[in-house]
Amino acid sequence: MARTFTEAAIAGIGATEFSKESGRSELQLAAECSLAACEDAGVNPHDIDGMITFTIDNSDEIGLARCLGVKDLAYTTRIPGGGAAAAATIYQAMALVNAGLCNNVLIWRAMNERSQYRFGQNPNNMQGYTGGHGTGSLLWCIPYGAMTPASWGALQGARYMHTYGISNRDLGYLAVQQRAYAATNPKAWFYERPITLEDHQNSKWIQEPWLRLLDCCQESDGGVAILVTSLERARDLKQPPVKIVGACQSIPYNVEVISNYYHDDLTIMPEAWGTAKRLYAQTGMKPTDMQAAMIYDAFSPQVLMQLEAFGFCGKGEAAEFIKSGAIAIDGQLPINTHGGLAGEAYIHGMNSMAEGVRQVRGSSVNQVKDVTNVLVSSGMASAIFSKA
Amino acid sequence: MSSPTDTAAGPAAAPKPTRIAPIVTPDAKSFWAAADEEKFVGQKCGDCGQFTFPPRPMCPHCHSLKREEVELSGFGTVHSWTIPRHPHPFGFKEAPVVAVIQLDEGIRMVSNVIGIAPEDVKMDMAVEVTFDATMNNHKVPVFRPRAK
Repeated sequence: MARTFTEAAIAGIGATEFSKESGRSELQLAAECSLAACEDAGVNPHDIDGMITFTIDNSDEIGLARCLGVKDLAYTTRIPGGGAAAAATIYQAMALVNAGLCNNVLIWRAMNERSQYRFGQNPNNMQGYTGGHGTGSLLWCIPYGAMTPASWGALQGARYMHTYGISNRDLGYLAVQQRAYAATNPKAWFYERPITLEDHQNSKWIQEPWLRLLDCCQESDGGVAILVTSLERARDLKQPPVKIVGACQSIPYNVEVISNYYHDDLTIMPEAWGTAKRLYAQTGMKPTDMQAAMIYDAFSPQVLMQLEAFGFCGKGEAAEFIKSGAIAIDGQLPINTHGGLAGEAYIHGMNSMAEGVRQVRGSSVNQVKDVTNVLVSSGMASAIFSKA
Repeated sequence: MSSPTDTAAGPAAAPKPTRIAPIVTPDAKSFWAAADEEKFVGQKCGDCGQFTFPPRPMCPHCHSLKREEVELSGFGTVHSWTIPRHPHPFGFKEAPVVAVIQLDEGIRMVSNVIGIAPEDVKMDMAVEVTFDATMNNHKVPVFRPRAK
């Protein structure tokens, strides 16, 4: 193909069911969700020519390509940083299409993260914190009893909560809204199981006095795949094309994923401020151009900090913004309308990317009215999806 | 990446430490070796004199490879903290106070605040370094409320 600038679009999304015990291999989950994304788009899996996943995905490109019968793979890449990779996969797929290097880029993330191993428990193998995954500084936390993502996330959120006087009860409004969305989403693990603020306050401490159980994402089994192609080609495929108007990444100096304690101001997420600035500059868009947003919600404080970074509200105002009803379906900016990683499933942020696509297509079970643009963020990376 | 090797056995009567020993990377070896001797050292650039943490082979300011290990004051403040309640962290009888310590030298590290009731921990409280034993006869720097 000619190496000329080519607009990129999302043509297909696919997923397995979300569960606590899939009963099959991670590679099978990867193959099933990838096939589903191709079928959704109307693209033959044999024609995939680019593959992107997270560094910590356990399935090999070759293994998955052999399942799908990929004829000639032109490009493979993996992204570090745990869940921060979610929007970065979109960014890199866009870049491959923009550069004219690939026609059909498959993004996948599939894991038995509840039945086979558990991110939320103490590690039984320190090798997971070795280099190459963007999480090397976690080694400095382990001898001190900070052994879980929640402990690292609490240390990151605590200074912010302290500075702005945000209590754990204040975080509860986010949990209640996300579970309300999950309650009407048949794909969500917490389908038909909404919670009240009192339920939130009665849930056990995970990280005292900052995070309760209901401030934390789930542990899930499942897979999500997304197929990215050119906008021109997407127009001829099965689904209404979802244009990737812009996407970018930002990792400012001294910032890292989750053990993010070494940059100057712990009341902000500099990576989210960086990606917001770059994304708005790249697209010429602004916060008020968005009708919905999908914000990485491993732990509640990080959602608040991202809302502020993207300019949806002022610094220190996100708790009030959420409490006021702004993120509800008829609010100023509905977010995580699938229920988020806390309500739907934790497929490392990729299920939130898929919900962003559904909102633009108009096919979400919690559809926001008159959607043209949706912002998706995984902290270090973000993208804007738009109606083509 | 290697686990520290065992050194001499501790006193027979003392309860064995249960805290996990640090995982020592090549660039952090001198930090942990000093901690074993109850010395709290930081990495300072041999050319421009700036401190960095975590330790690294190159100074990010002037790109010098000249590293100096200098003894730190051991004084700092609690910049962030949490108590891991669930799951109970491996190696601790009581849930520890985990904290990000802002050191007087302008760098930060994750550690514990010991010798204090959880309800008495406050942001920005003054702390000073001390040491706690780990499995395999190592020691790690931890912090206690600073003596008046």
